[in-house]
Order: sequence, then structure tokens, then C-alpha cells
Amino acid sequence: MSNVDENGGARGVKGDVLLEMRGLKIEGQADDQWLGIVHGIDVTLRRGEVLGLIGESGAGKSTIGIAAMGFARPGCRITGGTIVFDGIDLMGISEEERRKIRGARIAYVAQSAAAAFNPAHKLIDQCTEMPVQHGIMPLAEAEADAIDIFTRLQLPDPDTIGFRYPHQVSGGQLQRAMTAMAMSCRPDLIIFDEPTTALDVTTQIEVLAAIRRIVKEFNTAAIYITHDLAVVAQMADRIMVLQYGHLVEEGYARDMIANPKEKYTAKLLAVRSFRKEKVIETHHDLPLLKIENVTASYGGEIIVLKNISMEIHHARTVAVVGESGSGKSTLARVITGLLPPSEGHVRYGGEIMSAALANRSRDQLRRMQMIYQMPDTAVNPKHRVREIIGRPLEFYLGLKGADKEARLRELLEMIELDPDEFIDRFPGELSGGQKQRVCIARALAAEPELIICDEVTSALDQLVAEEILKLLQRLQDELQVSYMFITHDLATVRAIADEVVVMLQGEIVEQGPKDEIFTPPHHEYTELLLSSVPEMDTEWLNNLLAKRAAAAG
Amino acid sequence: MVSISMGSTLSAKPSPWACRLSVTAVHFFILVLFLQNMNADTWLAILGVIVVHLYSAVALYLWSNLDRTTAGDTVIVAVTLEFILIAVLFWDRFSDWPWSTFFGLFVMQSCAYLGVRFWRGLSKAPPTAWFGLVVILLYVLMAAAAPVIAPFGESEIVGFEYEPWGGEFLLGTDNLGRDMLTRLIYGGRNTIGIAFLTTCLAFFLGSFLGFVAATLGGWTDQGLGRLCDIMMAIPGLIFILMVLSVTGTSIPVLIVVIGVLDSTRVFRLSRAVAMNIVVMDYVEAARLRGESLWWVMWREVLPNSMAPLVAEFGLRFCFVFLTLSALSFLGLGIQPPLADWGSMVRENATLITFGDITPLLPAASIALLTVGVNFVVDWFLHLTSGLRE
Repeated sequence: MSNVDENGGARGVKGDVLLEMRGLKIEGQADDQWLGIVHGIDVTLRRGEVLGLIGESGAGKSTIGIAAMGFARPGCRITGGTIVFDGIDLMGISEEERRKIRGARIAYVAQSAAAAFNPAHKLIDQCTEMPVQHGIMPLAEAEADAIDIFTRLQLPDPDTIGFRYPHQVSGGQLQRAMTAMAMSCRPDLIIFDEPTTALDVTTQIEVLAAIRRIVKEFNTAAIYITHDLAVVAQMADRIMVLQYGHLVEEGYARDMIANPKEKYTAKLLAVRSFRKEKVIETHHDLPLLKIENVTASYGGEIIVLKNISMEIHHARTVAVVGESGSGKSTLARVITGLLPPSEGHVRYGGEIMSAALANRSRDQLRRMQMIYQMPDTAVNPKHRVREIIGRPLEFYLGLKGADKEARLRELLEMIELDPDEFIDRFPGELSGGQKQRVCIARALAAEPELIICDEVTSALDQLVAEEILKLLQRLQDELQVSYMFITHDLATVRAIADEVVVMLQGEIVEQGPKDEIFTPPHHEYTELLLSSVPEMDTEWLNNLLAKRAAAAG
Repeated sequence: MVSISMGSTLSAKPSPWACRLSVTAVHFFILVLFLQNMNADTWLAILGVIVVHLYSAVALYLWSNLDRTTAGDTVIVAVTLEFILIAVLFWDRFSDWPWSTFFGLFVMQSCAYLGVRFWRGLSKAPPTAWFGLVVILLYVLMAAAAPVIAPFGESEIVGFEYEPWGGEFLLGTDNLGRDMLTRLIYGGRNTIGIAFLTTCLAFFLGSFLGFVAATLGGWTDQGLGRLCDIMMAIPGLIFILMVLSVTGTSIPVLIVVIGVLDSTRVFRLSRAVAMNIVVMDYVEAARLRGESLWWVMWREVLPNSMAPLVAEFGLRFCFVFLTLSALSFLGLGIQPPLADWGSMVRENATLITFGDITPLLPAASIALLTVGVNFVVDWFLHLTSGLRE
């Protein structure tokens, strides 16, 4: 046992090896077969060091992170290698002994704090459970300590916030409370598994800053898992880039960002570089879609949209930006007719569209299609690709037999999927990016003029998301469709938009051509959004925090 | 799910001749049968012809969608020809009641179809599920081939009352001198057949209304829900007894009353399942496309709620079975001289006092089938929950 400092300060000497994993091999079960997920990875972590694990989904980064606790998720098993934590061979000791170490000396912060907290217990009860269970502190002391950590994490009202239930605090606060829970036993090592992925950019900053400060304060070693290289660059001393369970590159954060050795790392670094070519302004007199003074509410009480007016022109991309709760998805529901507005109306090609979906003609419906955020739930898992894309062809255009088959193949080629291979597959046999492509083909099948894209890339890995954006752009160039692009990600906006609409709490804060929005002077809120997008610079967070502190001054 | 879809890529060319051949064979065979036997009753003959045509159409449709392999084709064609052979050989027994021929063929072909369709999944089933499947298959075969297997006629008095086991009467005779084994076999046929039809009715009605309630929501949902509450508020058996005492006991009434009453439970389940499905994006996408209520229910909701519904079908079948037997025991179920396991227990109950276990045989038959069905349902539930991981 290492010498635990009463002040929670440095234990052991900084720079001692804390965790050593050698030749780690992990297998996962799929269809009654064991397949390799992690193929012999070596990880060395020293005290007080933050190691970033980065890679796309399926890279095995979470699996490796969890293996640091000597644990494998149900359906996975550790088949090879050694895991030595502070001189203890985690694979050699009993499950009982491992459980004593977990929580007390190694803690874990999950991706979705909302799902990881028990909704039936108060925050402080959950934060004090571990030290009391492990016999480290009595309850009263643990509570005082939890409040102290809440203060250090800059949670609002640290004395009382612990007595709230998980649903009574915001997502960013919950994620910080989870970090407080992990800190409660002053562990030697904390594993952060994508702690900010589910958060808005503005909230992400607060959580990142809080995590970084407390880890430094207690000299805790950490494994920080994420798919976002820009985020990990702010947090980690050292970075390991993983792909398909293999190590691609390992090195100090600063060096890696400055000059990546491997092609894959360079690709990850360049992920936000895609830009739409500047189009020549071709203003048709009549906007394709015109929203006039729309106000909408749920149940007539909670007003979510206030007096919204905007236009979408032919073959243009309009990005609607805002944080969650800003009403941008509700706007899409109003346009599609799922939520009739209480005031104002939607004009399409000059004529007023009826507010309710049921009163719109089939042709009106055809001209406006939608692509959803989660490709997993947007396609019926029991329909083959043939039927998913074929249905709009049959329904709107009346295509049958050979005509339909020919058009189907044409559409599949358009979205860069091989017709022979994919036409008879079920969605379960497609990857996330392929599913999203199928959704795009389904929208295109109707031969629409306007496609509403509701956060179409946010559920995808960055490289895949970029491919999708490129595909959408190519389709626009070829087919002259207009896009309404709903997103919270300004990088996406920068890549694809012609015009930008910034929304905050159901109102439009600022709107105009992209260049105008992205060049100062900005509206205050636009400024906040813009500055919160992480950049590929290890000093970005430091500079930003210093700047904001100075401004608050 | 994955395995089924793979099949289509494995066998490039389906062989439609096989299913066409067997459907055509069946078609003409049954047509001749009906026309020969029912010329006395024109309307019945016409009905028979209609049913045969419908059946052929459905069979052809299902088989043309089947992932076909040569082995699968062989199984289906073999079963069909086998049954025709049996019917020809034992013509005198089948000709009493031509409908039974039709029903038997339906059952045999359904089993063959399902077996071929789900063979990949079946080959991985645990032993308990295999036990359940074998039990169910034996019962079904017994019911389908009752006229062939049974040594005597269903209500034929062949000996003295309560004759002991062995000799001419393998399981003795009952209180009127009818062969016990024969009665057991025919009883199974009646009880299983009626329970099956009742469960089907309950499911068609319940899941249809459940899907409507979930998809439309609002007042429709409220109306159907409260109606269902009212029916569920009255104790089931008492409700059935009350209705039966008004309408009198006959098999169609029995099927309708139990079916409607049981559909309330199915309604609750299918509504709850469909509620989770109608909020999915793909249903919203279908609505935005302008699809009709029927399409949303039939193509979007139903395929995704099959797993819990099929599992419930198995359980519901057992409950209906028990209700039916209970009614028969009370004397309100299937009426004599038709054999039925519930009433057989009651008719021969006096033998218990002499230490003879004969009256328990029908009860044991019920228990065995119930256990078998539940094993299969457990396996199915395990399978679907495993897929969700």
C-alpha cells in the first residue's frame, strides 16, 4: 500500500510507474464466436500522468481503459497479457481482492453521467458511498469531503447541490458530480471514458477545465478516452492512437499534434479541414422555403419557438446552430408538419403549406425529405435496404419492377455503396456510416428539393462524419438540392453551410451568410459558441480560460 | 435475423417448381375430395372450393418468400406427398370428415414450413427447447392423423364400462364403454384445435386493436383502453359462464367468447410493445412520407413486435387450453359425444376412488403439452433478449 497523504496530495513519487499493461489481449463474443478486440497492447502509466487513448469506435479504447481495472465487460474476456497496478498483478489476484482496489484506488467516470447515476438516490449519498463502503472515512467526514470536492470542481451551491437528485441538475454538473464521486476515495488512477462526448461545446469547456484542475491538484494519474483529438490534446501528457485494437502511434501530446508520424494520425488531425467551395451567388427571386413569424409550443404552455423567420434558397445550405434546448429540432418539426405552429406559417415555393401533416398533399411531402440524427433508429431493422430505399420510389413515383430495380441500383451507386453487395442487407448488417448513407438514399429517392438534416453527423465517428459531409456536398452539386442543416457542431457549419442561423432559447440571435457570421464582430452568444470549439492546439484551453478570466476580470 | 438474410445470398436461384408442384398437387387432391363428398350440400362444396383456393394462394406466397435450399424444398414436398399417400391409403377413415383432411394437411405443411424457415436457429436450441418442440410436434401429428392412429371411432361404444388396461383396449374403456386411447387421441385433436383457433382469434383481435390504439393515440387509445378495462374488471371464468348460459354452448360460441375475452390481455401487451415502436424515427419517417395507418401498423410496427407477441402466443395458448379444460370439467365446454380432455377427467373421475389412475391420463396430457409449450417459449424469449444485447 502506498503512503496515503492526509491532505490528499502526492502519493509516492511523481514519475513512478503506476500501471503497466503488457501484451494485453481481449476478445469479444459475436454470434457464438470469440473475436479479437485488442491485439497485444502495451500501456505504461506513471503517477500523476494523464494518458489519452484516442481512436474511432471499435478501436478498443474503452475496452483497454476498463481492463486497467482488471475488468472485462460481459461478453468480453481478457485472454492474454499482464496488468500490474502499483506492484499488484491484477490478473493474479482473486475477484474479491480486485473489488477492494476498484473504486478505492482505481475509479471510473462513464460517458453518460445521466445513465450512470441511480436516479433514486441523492448525489451526495452516491458520492459518499464508496469511501464509507471501503472503510476509508466515516459518513460525516465523507460528506464534508464531498462538499469540499464539489467546491473544488466549481459546482454551483456546493453545500446544497449534493442533496439534489440526478435529474435536478444539468448534464455538465452531473458529469462533474461523477468526477467528484470518482475522487471521493482519492484514487491513484481515474479512467475517464468519453466524459464530455454527450455535452454541448460550451458545457464541455467547464467540465474539461474542472477535470484538469482536480486531477492536477490531487496528482492523480488518469486515462482519458475520447474520439476527439482536439479534446485529448488539452487533457493529456501522452497520447496513444488506436485503430482496430492495434497501436498506431504513441507519443507526447505536443509532439504528436505538431508532427504526426503516421498517416492515420494525420488524418485524425485534419478531420475538420473539409471546406465547401465558395459558390457564386445565384439568388432566385423566390425562396424555396420561407418561414414567417412562427411561434410554436408544446401543449400550448411551454413556448419553444418565438417569432422565427428565415428563408432557404434553391441549392443552398442553411445551417441552424444552437445548443440542446435551443429549439432547432422543434423548428424542423414545424416545417415538416409534425408540430403545427400556434402562430405564423411556412411557405413552400410561394404557397402556404397547411400546418398539419395530414392535410399536405403527397407531392408536397415528396418535395421535402428528412435525414435523422441516429441512423440506428431511423431505419426499420426488419426491412432490407431494397425495401427502405424502394418504398419512396414506389410510393411517390409509382416505380415498379425493372424500373424500380434500376433506380435502386443507381441510388446505391450515388451513395457509394456497391448495389450487388448491399441491396439485400438488413440494417443490422451495416455500419453506422453505411446506415446514414442508406438514410440519405431514402431521402434522395423521393427526388426532393429540400432535405432537412437533423444532426446527421453527430452520432458518427469524425472520419465517417466527414465522408458523409463530403457526400452531401457532392449530391448538392450534382442534384441542386437545398439543405437545412441542424447542428450543434460549428465545425460542421464551417464545412458545409452557405448561410447560418444561430438560435438560443427558441429565438434567432443572428443570421446571415457564413462569412459574415464567422468574422467579428459577433453577437455575444455566437462568440461564446465559436470560441468553445476545441482546436488542435495543446494550449487552446489554457489560452481560452485565461482570456475569459481576463474578460470577467 | 442475420442468418435468415444470409440464406438468400447462399442459394442464388430459387427452385419455384418444387413449391408449385406440391401446391398444385394439394390443390387438385383436395378439390376432388370436396367435390366427391359434398355434392349433397352445394354451399358447403362451394365454401370448400374457396378455402382450397385461398389456402393455395397463401401457401404459394409464403413459399416463394422462403429462403430456399434444395433440402428445404425436399422436406416440404416430401411431407405433402406423404400426407396425400396416407390419406389415399386410409381413405375410408378420412372420407367421414373431409375437413379433417384439409386441416391435417395444413398442420403438416405449416410444421414443415416453419421447420425449414427457422432451421438455422433450431439447430442451436438447448435440450429443453428440443424436448418442448418434440412434444408439440408429436401432439400435432397425433391430432392431424387421429383417424389413422386411433384404433376405434371417436364415440363408438366398443366394450363394457371401465374395462381394465391391456388386451384389446390398451388403456381400458370409459364410463360408457368407449376406448380410452381413442378418446385421448380424438380429445387432443378437439382440445388443441379449438384452443389454437381461440388463441389465433385473441391475437388477431387484440394485437390489431393494440396497434391501432398505440399508433393513433388520443381518443381512440382512451376509448379502446377503457373498454378493455371494463372487460378485464369482471373475473374471467364467471364472465364466460354468464355468456355461455345466455347463448348456450356450442363450439363457435366457445371460440368467440374465450377469444374475445383473452384478446384484452393481448391488447394490453401489444399496445405497450407498439408504444415503444411508434416513437422510433423510422415510424416518424413513414408518417412524414404520408403512409397510411395500415402500412405503419403492418410494415413498421408488426415486424418489430413479433418477438414478444410470439412468446405471448405460447403462454396464451396454455391459458386458453386450461380455461377450455376447466369449462369442460364444469360441463360447459365441448359437448358429448365429442371427446375432450377436460370432460374426460370428469366423466371418469369415479375411478379415482378405486385407485385407478386412468382419469389422470387426460390431465397428464394437458400438463405435458403445457410444459412443452413453456419450454419453447422460454427458449424463444432467451433468444430474442440475447439478440437485443
